[in-house]
Amino acid sequence: MTKRRTWTYFLPYGLWLALFVIAPVALIVYQSFFDLGHHFTFSNYSTYFQSATYLKMTANSVWYAFLITLFTGLISYPTAYFIHQLKHRQFWLLLVILPTWINILLKAYAFIGIFSQAGLANQFLTFIGIGPQQILFTNASFIFVATYIQIPFMILPIYNALDDLNPAFVNASRDLGASNWQTFRHVIFPLTLPGVKAGVQAVFIPSLSLFMLTRLIGGNKVITLGTAIEEHFLTTMNWGMGSTIGVVLIIAMIIVMLLTGDQKSKGGTPR
Amino acid sequence: MTEPIITLRNVTKRYDSHTILKNINLTLESGKFYTLLGPSGCGKTTILRAIAGFMQVSEGDVLFAGKRINEVPANKRNVNTVFQDYALFPHMTVAENVAFGLTLKKVAKDEIAQRVAQALKLVQLADYGDRAISELSGGQQQRIAIARAIVMAPKVLLLDEPLSALDAKLRRQMQYELRDLQQRLGITFLFVTHDQEEALAMSDEIFVMNQGEILQSGSPVDIYDEPINHFVANFIGESNILPAKMIADFQVAFGGHQFECADAGIPDNEPVEVVIRPEDLTLTTLDQAKLTVTIDTQLFRGDYYEIAATDNLGNAWLIHSVNPAEDGETIGITFRPQDLHVMRFGEKEAEFDARLETYEELEDDDVDET
Repeated sequence: MTKRRTWTYFLPYGLWLALFVIAPVALIVYQSFFDLGHHFTFSNYSTYFQSATYLKMTANSVWYAFLITLFTGLISYPTAYFIHQLKHRQFWLLLVILPTWINILLKAYAFIGIFSQAGLANQFLTFIGIGPQQILFTNASFIFVATYIQIPFMILPIYNALDDLNPAFVNASRDLGASNWQTFRHVIFPLTLPGVKAGVQAVFIPSLSLFMLTRLIGGNKVITLGTAIEEHFLTTMNWGMGSTIGVVLIIAMIIVMLLTGDQKSKGGTPR
Repeated sequence: MTEPIITLRNVTKRYDSHTILKNINLTLESGKFYTLLGPSGCGKTTILRAIAGFMQVSEGDVLFAGKRINEVPANKRNVNTVFQDYALFPHMTVAENVAFGLTLKKVAKDEIAQRVAQALKLVQLADYGDRAISELSGGQQQRIAIARAIVMAPKVLLLDEPLSALDAKLRRQMQYELRDLQQRLGITFLFVTHDQEEALAMSDEIFVMNQGEILQSGSPVDIYDEPINHFVANFIGESNILPAKMIADFQVAFGGHQFECADAGIPDNEPVEVVIRPEDLTLTTLDQAKLTVTIDTQLFRGDYYEIAATDNLGNAWLIHSVNPAEDGETIGITFRPQDLHVMRFGEKEAEFDARLETYEELEDDDVDET
């Protein structure tokens, strides 16, 4: 009786899940086994894994996603740590979250303006005597903007992990003779690692399939898997191949999830 | 008298306009078991934090073995803390937790192993080194927290309500173990609790606190038998507190009668309060009664009956009696002069001690004359 009732509460989202998550994934997997002539085949997969272009693209995607995640992490952890010490932390956190309310396309266009030949960045470079440089459509600008966009999604889980950290652990560590740095290294960082992992999931996986930024900021010099999927579905109309890359991407995501997931380790880690 | 290991001199702590500690003075000698006792929010944990170094005092000095340590950071102080919620590092094993402080100190590996094993043995968890913290029960975590602190061989061990999360039976057992541990190690323990029973059972000396002040300090027996004021009498043990009037030395009036008592040095006719512990009251027949009461209710407590009664002036009485009474029965109660304790309003501890000294000498003189 009660069991059936709780089930009905789940119904609206269950439908959503079935229609817009499970069905599309099933469709992608299904499509990936058909070639352009709508014949069942494994050729898409064999093409993918035998083509140097696709493999390089995959490596590229992973490499750039890794770089974006790394830079995001390097900036986000100290920032989250710093904000957590501040008096008006809710306010500062709001400032961090604020950019996420603005559409990613708008932000991308804003950066096109800033990085363009006559943009603010080049005006500044001219002013200090370096002269205008090609900033837009470089790999560096792509990583810069992607990092900028991803930072809030890394700061939030780390901040929450820091917030959940019982201050008694820090006191206990100090009490046992640890300096600030030792306390951070042996207690604070290991105990907030779940927040970092959540942040990595939230940043690395979307970064794998970034395609808007690669075109607008990266000038299509960096071709990621996301770009390839878009091209296959919208330009070459090879849905089978696009789906295959999609499946590869989904598997990559699952692997990342497993790697960063919460393994219930038994006690301490040997050093 | 051994030299003081910890001294707080005129320590005050303010947060904004809020005063948490008001001019605290206390001295801890080495090798004794001290307890800070008081209701929550009285400032007892704040004192502990000031000694541990987690907090800076606003005024006054914190001294360790005669040296001022106000500015010494927590990690450089030779005191260790057992935290209320234990604060065992969940990402380390039991042995790694206990070894944490020694590892930081770069103690040799085999010495660490040996000292960790010894500490674990001391808290009777010798075989638990490889366990995860989450696998331990509350009582076991408690012991590991103690082991992690004592392995550092501190001069002073600070314990912040360490037993509050344990069930009643385990708490009693841990009281014995803590007391035993303190005596074996000879470390000064400063124990913080709001549980008067715990304080009375374990301490050499108790500091009773309320609203940021130390109201009274002394041995458990002194504090129980001679509470300085209404708050202390009420907080420690159960008590009957009645408004009274001092007639003369060793004569006090309450409940419409005059009684012999053991207190003196108070001006005649001063309004005072009298404390009588429920276990000092004896039920008796009406002709032998010092006071007559009517029984309201009684509860069987196992080893005694807790009887609530009212006298003819409407004062409520709490009596602990081995024998039951009848509800509604009118019965006599009696007590000895030394069971009465007179408390003056607003008397400070120093004045109280000085007054006690004057007439206790007087009593000694009486003895000499006879």
